[in-house]
Amino acid sequence: MPAGLNRALLTVAGAVIAIVLAIAISSVAITAAGASPLHAFAAFFDFGASERAQSNAIATFLNRAVPLFIAGLAVAVGFRMNLFNIGVEGQYRLAAICAAYVGSTFSAPAPIQITVIIVVAALVGGLYALIPAVMKVTRGVNEVISTIMLNYIAINLSSFLVRGPFAGQRAEGQLTTTTPELPDSAMFPNLNFVFDWFGLLPPTRGGGVWGFLLVAIALGIVIWVVLERTRFGFNVKASGLNGPAALASGVDPKKMIIAAMMLSGGIAGLIGLPEILGDKGAFNSNFTAGLGFLGIAVALLGRNKPVGIAVAALLFAFLDRAQGALQIANVPPSVITIIQGVTVLLVVVANEVTNRLALRLEERRAAQELGTNKVEVAA
Amino acid sequence: MLGKRFNRMALGSVAGVMLMAAAACGGGGGGSTTASEAPTGAASSEAPKSALKVGLAFDIGGRGDKSFNDAAYAGLEKAKTELSAEIKELSPAADGSNRGDLLRQLADAGYNPIIGVGFAYGEDIKKAAEEYPDIQFAVVDSASNAPNVTGLLFAEEQGSYLAGVAAATKSESSHIGFVGGVENDLIKKFEAGYVAGAKSVKSDIKIDIKYLTPDGDFSGFKAPDKGKVAADKMYQDGADIVYHASGDSGLGVFQAAAAAKKKAIGVDSDQRQTVKETDLQSVILTSMLKRVDVGVFEFIKAFQGGAKGGANVTYDLKVDGVGLATTGGEIDDIKDKLDAARQDIVGGKITVPAKP
Repeated sequence: MPAGLNRALLTVAGAVIAIVLAIAISSVAITAAGASPLHAFAAFFDFGASERAQSNAIATFLNRAVPLFIAGLAVAVGFRMNLFNIGVEGQYRLAAICAAYVGSTFSAPAPIQITVIIVVAALVGGLYALIPAVMKVTRGVNEVISTIMLNYIAINLSSFLVRGPFAGQRAEGQLTTTTPELPDSAMFPNLNFVFDWFGLLPPTRGGGVWGFLLVAIALGIVIWVVLERTRFGFNVKASGLNGPAALASGVDPKKMIIAAMMLSGGIAGLIGLPEILGDKGAFNSNFTAGLGFLGIAVALLGRNKPVGIAVAALLFAFLDRAQGALQIANVPPSVITIIQGVTVLLVVVANEVTNRLALRLEERRAAQELGTNKVEVAA
Repeated sequence: MLGKRFNRMALGSVAGVMLMAAAACGGGGGGSTTASEAPTGAASSEAPKSALKVGLAFDIGGRGDKSFNDAAYAGLEKAKTELSAEIKELSPAADGSNRGDLLRQLADAGYNPIIGVGFAYGEDIKKAAEEYPDIQFAVVDSASNAPNVTGLLFAEEQGSYLAGVAAATKSESSHIGFVGGVENDLIKKFEAGYVAGAKSVKSDIKIDIKYLTPDGDFSGFKAPDKGKVAADKMYQDGADIVYHASGDSGLGVFQAAAAAKKKAIGVDSDQRQTVKETDLQSVILTSMLKRVDVGVFEFIKAFQGGAKGGANVTYDLKVDGVGLATTGGEIDDIKDKLDAARQDIVGGKITVPAKP
């Protein structure tokens, strides 16, 4: 146990050092861009002057974190067994448009309607991820390449679907393309009542704080249980750490690849739903793109563990929220991207360093124990 | 030793978190008193002209695109100098996910009127307008969709018609090109006008048409590399003038023109003036001006005069909302022809199609 505690302390220390260094490096970048780092960091904590502005800012922050967290989870499930599912981007876009379209074709009581939409999204995402999985299992195609290629197909396919087969009515003079609007029963109830508990004004923004936050939290817990507390999770971990060893102990690597990819794709399918069910009410040409790639950074930052991913998603969302605040403070908003990039890079480096340190400590401890044992034997 | 170092760090970070929390609480406490006053205050201070606070949210690409967004900013700056307005302009994140948030942040900070630049703001402006009924909004390139939203529209097909006339007249190979950023209805208006204008000069002229990205994928407005590839192909195939309606990607079209020693036509702003690279300036035959600056400035002026939204304002050739730039003097020799075409459109003799 002390070894485990040491390990945890090392990890946290590594992360803290990485973040402090990231802040230092970003400060240099901000100064180079001709702004004051103090103003910039103040802007990150400037949630606005009025109560309404603050509620809106909190809603923006949380709403940004939800899809990032789900994207991080999706990527992490693959990473856990050394499967680099770069295709999350395509999987979620295709899933989002299919789910939005299917959801708009019928009207049922809210729980059924929303469940159907979620299931469709997860199915489409999972099935789309099945393609690279099957290619890898049957023909040994590297999943990095195949998923990147499939991204292009999915992105173009979804922009074709939104202006062709799945296109909905457009208002006169409207240039954005959209799927048919979802019925009211498909809109996920928001969490604005939480603001009342704290005596705050509820946010005015479109859908308020997206209720999908609860689904994301539940999903995080389920994934944690599956990965850490089930045989399947153990098999995933074992296949990732040492494939041949896992095979020798009776884990079928082909089955594992298919299962892990489909799980990853299924989760990826949900990334777009918070936005669609919480705010937009349809898949349109303004649909947020790029979350699948951000998910890779979030998963790396969160060390592929649900709690870590949640922290990473909140950090990214916190930084992203300041887009407007920074500009109001006359700081170029590109510093957000710089801070995010530097943090991910440094955390990955810190992880490696702490891993090696921990390994060396462990070796020394083992050697010491062995040494003392030997002495005993000799005596 | 490690433990000690960690402890110190943990202490430091805890102290930091507490400081942040305190700061947040302080902000909250101070803000609550002004919160109730802010919306009403903004509503009642609409009348005095000195308190004009104009907010503007750019489209993806943001300020510095030397084209569409910069034109909008020019109008905003004019309002600053001529109407002594306080101005604030914000750019969205690269994925465009926070357009609505920018509008709300401007509204929360007391800006009124607020202008969204680009059709992508249509939906977000509608929602924001419903949430802030006391504030006047305007959206460039999209129709009005709420009582407090003004739609600022442009007859791009008319300006593009003139660009087509200029290109077809100036072309020696009877082969010209068009590079569109994103294949949506807006950019198709440019294409339709351009093709109609070119065919009015030479009915058998060859026109290469290429869109950089399909509808819904806005990266085509930010991809100079793709613009360069598309234009390179056209010049190699024999086109000698390429017109682009692709925002930032136009830079690639100019680079291709410079490499092929041929000509290109700019868009939105007078790009011969706004493009920084001198070797690229000389390839720009003319630019189809879309006077977003005029639209923005006139809207702010009308707002100051007490105008309310709920309708569209279309800027066409008649009011010089669109037109051709003459910087460089390369189209001075065909001025008569262009003026005649312009007269025909203004007089209603020619109706320019808005769809290809």
